[in-house]
This record gives sequence, structure tokens and C-alpha cells, in this order.
Amino acid sequence: MAATATPTSSALDPAVRRDLYETMVLSRVFETEAERQYKAARIGGYCHLSSGQEAMTVGAMHALAEDDLLVTGYRSHGFALARGVSPEAVMAELFGRVDGCAHGRGGSMHLLDPSRGYYGGWGIVAGQLPIATGLALALRRQGKDQAVLCELGDGAVNMGAWHESLNLAALWDLPVVFLVVNNRYGMGTAVERASAEPDLYKRAAAYRMHGERVDGDDLDTMIEAADRLLGVARTEHRPAVLEAVTYRYRGHSVADAGLAYRTKDEIAEHRERDPISLEAKKLRDAGVSQEELEAIDTAADDRVAAAVQAALDSDEPSTDRLAYGMHALGSDEQFARMRPGSAFGEEALTFDAGLGA
Amino acid sequence: MAATDTTGTQVMNYREALRLALREEMERDERVFLMGEEVGVFEGAYKVSAGLMDQFGEDRVRDTPISEEGFVGAGVGAAMLGERPVVEIMTLNFLLVAMDQVINHAAKIGAMFGGEVRCPMVIRTPNGAGNQLTAQHSQSFDGWFAGTPGLKVVTPANPADAKGLLKAAIRDEDPVLVIENLPIYKEKGEVPLDPDFVTPIGLAAVPREGTDITIVSHSFATVRALRVADKLAEERDVSVEVVDLRSLRPLDVETIAQSVAKTNRVVCVEEGWPSYGVTAEIAARIGKACFDDLDAPVERVGMAEVPLPYAKGLELAAMPNEDRIAAAVLATLGMGPGAA
Repeated sequence: MAATATPTSSALDPAVRRDLYETMVLSRVFETEAERQYKAARIGGYCHLSSGQEAMTVGAMHALAEDDLLVTGYRSHGFALARGVSPEAVMAELFGRVDGCAHGRGGSMHLLDPSRGYYGGWGIVAGQLPIATGLALALRRQGKDQAVLCELGDGAVNMGAWHESLNLAALWDLPVVFLVVNNRYGMGTAVERASAEPDLYKRAAAYRMHGERVDGDDLDTMIEAADRLLGVARTEHRPAVLEAVTYRYRGHSVADAGLAYRTKDEIAEHRERDPISLEAKKLRDAGVSQEELEAIDTAADDRVAAAVQAALDSDEPSTDRLAYGMHALGSDEQFARMRPGSAFGEEALTFDAGLGA
Repeated sequence: MAATDTTGTQVMNYREALRLALREEMERDERVFLMGEEVGVFEGAYKVSAGLMDQFGEDRVRDTPISEEGFVGAGVGAAMLGERPVVEIMTLNFLLVAMDQVINHAAKIGAMFGGEVRCPMVIRTPNGAGNQLTAQHSQSFDGWFAGTPGLKVVTPANPADAKGLLKAAIRDEDPVLVIENLPIYKEKGEVPLDPDFVTPIGLAAVPREGTDITIVSHSFATVRALRVADKLAEERDVSVEVVDLRSLRPLDVETIAQSVAKTNRVVCVEEGWPSYGVTAEIAARIGKACFDDLDAPVERVGMAEVPLPYAKGLELAAMPNEDRIAAAVLATLGMGPGAA
């Protein structure tokens, strides 16, 4: 671990700590329900769950200021929820419904909410890094003291886009924090089997950039580090790498049992240091009763059940809006002369069919 | 500095027309900035951006390291936040290393995110062959991009369209790939000086009208087609109509179909490989839209399907040169060798 001051668990306002705990529980319950709904065939495609990573996610999102920007990879349900996207909008997106945050066009991997500065869940490993770099470049051009948080997995650091993005961010003094979520495995390949330098944060040094590794399973540690590095990005326009070590309990995606490359004992060992349990203990130490904690669990269950019901109640996207959103308003005029003899649907393309369809 | 007269036209070459478009759009809109390898201090590998860094500074004419994936993606991100990046790629060949950002990212944003965010960026880059640049630096795979929903692809074939299409691309709300062309950079032509002159995207042109046969082409193939049309008019009394696509996506099938309905014969020409290429697409569209109009099979001419060789003689033989185009036109008219 980097030599930084160990935060004390009392640094957080008790009410804030309780709120954050609620979000962590909500995220866990949401993921558990998403897996259930996937197995019930209401969710299709890929579905990457983040159970076990809640302290990292919620801590980073707590540190992210309201006008900061967020970009993530595809394991992003928790990030969306912690950023304030409603469980209804996330679940409806997983269900492919019009009230989803991408109106059923994106699914699990492509959540977003520009109104909350969330510029996307992206599905190609490391593809979001150049984009986060560009968001930070735009902030600089616009003279704004905001920061971008770019989430990526441990597998992404071996991509060329990682190198190119870190170099550009450092070269151009861009306000972006690269949050490397080291959950020990890129799909089924252990970090040590993929990375010649498994201390991933050390790679920042190649760009004369600050890098550090923290315990991503401790909420206070995550908040302190993310807050500090985002602060540097905002005020000094210096990028950084923050490696958060955590663990995912489930497989790479719902389709992966997650046991081919690790043992049940290993998973059980990590569950003994569960980030939600760690927070529950801090809350109990601060005087929160077991009944109150159970009430939080129940509230999360209810919240997620309501999200499922809202998703079920939301319409499926109309097939006559197949091309919705693909091009900007007015583009239909540009495409009008493509129609003669069309066999590919150009005659039916409706680019400006109205929002929400 | 450029003349301040904004009426009428001025003769300039293709690269000067592109530069004028960039200058006008950067003067018009502060969000427009140019980014790429050697665009600033070096003034562009092909000197398109000469003088722009002096005028607009290092922030708006931004030199990048050799990191196409990185800075194309940075353009995507900046565009998502409302900037108007114009990203120069030194040649189309090098766009391959940024393909993920173009196809998997820029082209997906509007649809994949349900219209919640847009990507108004321009990528401009030349295709082309002919200077013994060999296999890795002579390619024109324009169709690969034009076949991707979510992108717009334009291919100016003369200085006026170079200015008009680049300006239209910069003003567009979607990602637009502007494919320029190495051999045309030095070609001269009349260019409108009106700063509000734009060439609409999705509209083909008919730079030469004719009655016997249509050549459908884009980019440098249009320059070749016009030369062939002149030559055949003079030497064989053949009246060739040339359709310059100008825009590959959206594609103006209407103008192609109108021309074929008039001439009943058509040769499609491209600088790229024909298999699965632009001419393959055009031929398929003609087959559907003009089935009853055709008096002969649709003919195609393109690059020989080999990685382009170095030796000058081999290179010339591989390219869709004017002799090959003229032969295809005559054959389609039943006037080739062996015709009665």
C-alpha cells in the first residue's frame, strides 16, 4: 500500500456513513436480483455483476463531486446506482425497456446518465480510456475545474489504449483519475498471469504520474484516496492512477460460475472480509442497532422489487423506432436519397422520432 | 492571409480549400479545434494546416504523439462534451490502429446510448496510391467505414467540395469521416469564398453530363473518370456521364438511378479493392433500383486485388488507371476489342 495517512472511520458524518451503507446494500441486493432475473430470462446478453466491490464503488462515487464526470467499463450497475441513476432506470435498461437509462438500446454494459455526468458504460476493454481522456481535454478547453473519473478493470492495463491514454493525460495535464479496479482476475486470468508488473499502480511512473494502491474493500480508505486524487485533478489538473484492490464474488459474467480459475475456499476467504460487513461493524460500533441495519436491508429489498416491477411495467421499444438516436435531428434529409431500391431498411429509418421511444 | 473578399470564387488547390474550410470554421466556432500528428509546428504532413497554429495557437491546433487510438478517442470524448474536434490522421492506413475508437465507439454513441448523447466529431484523412508508397501506405478501404451505421463518410473529389464537405462535416452533429486524397491535394479548381458555403452531405454531383453510359465514382476515381470521359468523347465520340458520389454514407442512390435510367449502361470505379467494396455496394443498389433500365451488366473497375507492389510498373498496372476504365466503358458499350 502507498504510504498515505490511514483514514479514521470517524471522519465521515454518521448520517453520510449510513447513507453510503444503504447504497452499498442497494447495490448488493440489486446485483443479486439481476442474476435472478437473468436466470429467469428477463435480462439477456452479457451481465457482469459487482457483488463484493461495493466499498470501492460507493467510496469512489462519494468522492466524485456533483459536476465531475464518470466513465466506466461494463461492470457498472453499482456505479450507476451510486451516481444516483434510479434502480428503476437501471433495471429497465437491463430488461431492454423504454424507460431504461439508454431507452433499451444499451443494456447492462451501456448504462449512462449525462445529466449526472455519467458518460457511459463501455463494453470494449480499455476503449473508455481515450474517451475519458477526451472528456478531460474538453474540460480543460472549457476552463472548468472539474475532474473525470475513469473506471477500468485490471485486465485493461495491458491494452494499448491504456498506454496511449495515460501518456496523453500526463502530457497534456488533464484532470482524469484512472481508477483501476483490481479484482484479481481479468475474466479468468489472474493479474499475475497477465501483467508483467502486477503492482499495477506502479505503471503510472512511466508517465511521471502519481499512482497508488489502496484497499478497495474499506470504504473510508477508498473515499480518502479518491477524494484526494480527484482534488489534485480538479485544482492542479494532474492525472493519477488509483488502484483499488477488491474482489468479485460472482463469475466474470452471469454465464461464468467463476470456479475454473479459483477455488471456493478463496471466495469464502474473501467473503470473510466482506466490505458491507465491515461497514455494518463500523455502524454498529457507532451505535446503530441491529434492527436499524436490518431495516436498511429490507428497504433495499423493497426498492429493488419496485425497480423490477417498474421495469416490467415499462414498454418494450417500438420496432418502428429501430434507428432511434443513431443520427442527429435532420439527418433523415441527408439519408433521403439513399432510399430508391432500398433493401436494407433505409426507407424506414426514423432518426428524429421523438425522445423516449 | 486569405483574401477578405467573400463573394465569388477563387482558384486554389485542394489542400488550400481544406485549409480555408478549417480556418473559416475555427473563426466561426470556438469549439472547433484541430488535433493530430504534426498538424501544428510541422504544419501538417501534407501541409493542409499550414499557418493555422500561428493563427489559432497550440490549444486549437494541437500536436499529438503518434497515438491514433488515443487521440481519436480523445476526440470522441471531447465531442461528447460539446467540443467540435477535427482529428487529422496522416493517412487512411493509420486509421486502422484507431479502428476500435471509430467503429466500436464513435459510430455507436447515438444509437447505443438511446440518443442521450451525441458525438459531433470529424476525422479527416487522405486515402490514395500512386507514389510507390507500397502495400502499407497506398490503401483506400473507404467502404469499410461507409458500411458502418452510425458514421457518415464523405469523399471530396475537387477543391470546391473539399471546402464544402469539410465545412458540412464540422457543422454536422454526428461523427463524419472526411476521406481526402493524396493525388488530388495539388489539383486546382474554383472554390466559393462565401464562408457559409457548404456542400450538403448525402448529395451526389454530376460533374459531366452524357447520354451513352454512366461512370459512378468517388474521390480520385472521379478525377480519372472525367479524364476518361474527355478522352472517349474526343477519340470515340462516346458521351459519358460522370456521377461523383461525394458522400458514401448517406449514399445518393437517387442520382445514380436517374443517370442509369438515362444512359442504361454503367461502370463503377473506385481506388480500393472492388470485392466487398464501394463498387460492390453501388452495383447491388443499381441491380435493385435500375433492373429494368440496364442494357448491359454493371461493370466495375478498382485496384487489383493484391497488396500494392513497390516497382513502378507493377504499381501502375495494379491501379484503376485510365486505360482500364476506358476499356471497361467501351466493353460495356459493346465497342471493345472484338466488337463487331
